[in-house]
Amino acid sequence: MNGVHDLGGLEGLGPVSPSPDEPVFHSDWEKRVFSMFLPFVLAGLNLDQFRHGIEKLHPVDYLAGRYYEHWLHTVENGLVEKGVIDEAELERRTQYYLENPDAPLPDGGDSQQTETFLQIYRSGASTRRESDAQPKFAVGDRVRVRNMNPSGHTRCARYLRGKVGVVESVYDAFVFPDTNANEDGENPQPVYNVRFDAVEVWGSGADGNRHTIRFDLWEPYLEAA
Amino acid sequence: MTTSRTGSPAPITGTFPTSDEEIAARVKALESLMIEKGMTSEDAVDKIAEMYEREVGPHNGARVVARAWTDPEFKKRLLENATEACLELGIGGVQGEDMVVVENEDDVHNAIVCTLCSCYPWPTLGLPPNWYKYPAYRARMVKEPRTVLRDEFGLELPESTELRIWDTSAEVRYWVLPQRPPGTEGMSEEELASLVTRDSMIGVGVVPPPGS
Repeated sequence: MNGVHDLGGLEGLGPVSPSPDEPVFHSDWEKRVFSMFLPFVLAGLNLDQFRHGIEKLHPVDYLAGRYYEHWLHTVENGLVEKGVIDEAELERRTQYYLENPDAPLPDGGDSQQTETFLQIYRSGASTRRESDAQPKFAVGDRVRVRNMNPSGHTRCARYLRGKVGVVESVYDAFVFPDTNANEDGENPQPVYNVRFDAVEVWGSGADGNRHTIRFDLWEPYLEAA
Repeated sequence: MTTSRTGSPAPITGTFPTSDEEIAARVKALESLMIEKGMTSEDAVDKIAEMYEREVGPHNGARVVARAWTDPEFKKRLLENATEACLELGIGGVQGEDMVVVENEDDVHNAIVCTLCSCYPWPTLGLPPNWYKYPAYRARMVKEPRTVLRDEFGLELPESTELRIWDTSAEVRYWVLPQRPPGTEGMSEEELASLVTRDSMIGVGVVPPPGS
């Protein structure tokens, strides 16, 4: 979708303002939201649905909201849409905890579940998939990013559509976000790392001549150039 | 609804809760429902957060960099298959299942960004700082990286240096092998690791010589 999340090249957003010593979490609620990701996935939702849920935020909320507010929004919406939790009950409880901020959480869970979660974080879960499909492009090929504007989830950034680059690496097949986010299956596709010259992308006013952008693209985003 | 100075409605209005109290209550409500459904527990939440506050962080990436600086065979393996090489040091996990390390050289400087969200190699760099996730860095780093590095991070690169900006759009997680600074001959792997900064592995900094 052509959402505000697709930020590459947008002007006027102000300074980056890096801070040297930032805590990992800025508040207790941030760490609680961070830890909801795995239960979300284990409830039958996937990473691409998680990302798409964030992209569907209202642009004002996307730009003004803090990072883990994005996560909260997508976890809550995903679980409601999936029928795992009831929206009205969530609203009632939110009101209850607003009025009783020190009220305890319910008991529950077991140490085995905690161990399982930690184990998953330590071992990871790759979205790389076995595939018999022969990649259409090879290292050194010139490729053009297709002009595509799907209204669903995609990882094909707007600032590169229509641009021509050179294949730098050919990776194995990975789960295809455009179908995976929409429950149309994993549909694994080869991924390519493509090199784009800054002048091709931004024109002659590019910030210095010796500047390239390296971007990973799934095969359906590309055509021969 | 907010109104402008002329009294007409604003064209766009967000809907997010505005205060920390409201967000905290909503998070607690959601967590309580998830606990009741057996999806998680307070203990699990605490332990996961603790893992990313203590175990996982840029000190892991620093160990990998120091090893690569002192062991040419390891460096070769790291540049060929970063995921496997990091596992040799017991480093791996979520958001680092398929890592690629790119090397800075005298005339090549690499940096990472994620213009579409906030992809980042968690096992080696930890969770990303806010500035990495917020709009300004993501928007500007692909278009005016030299300016961003100079004005925001104090890193002035010669015009002759080639800049490679890795916009992490798929599931491969890139990160930077910085150059070993001068004046570190004879330092142990542990001493070298203590010099390596998170920013140098993102590519918004370089590793400073000792004592600077």
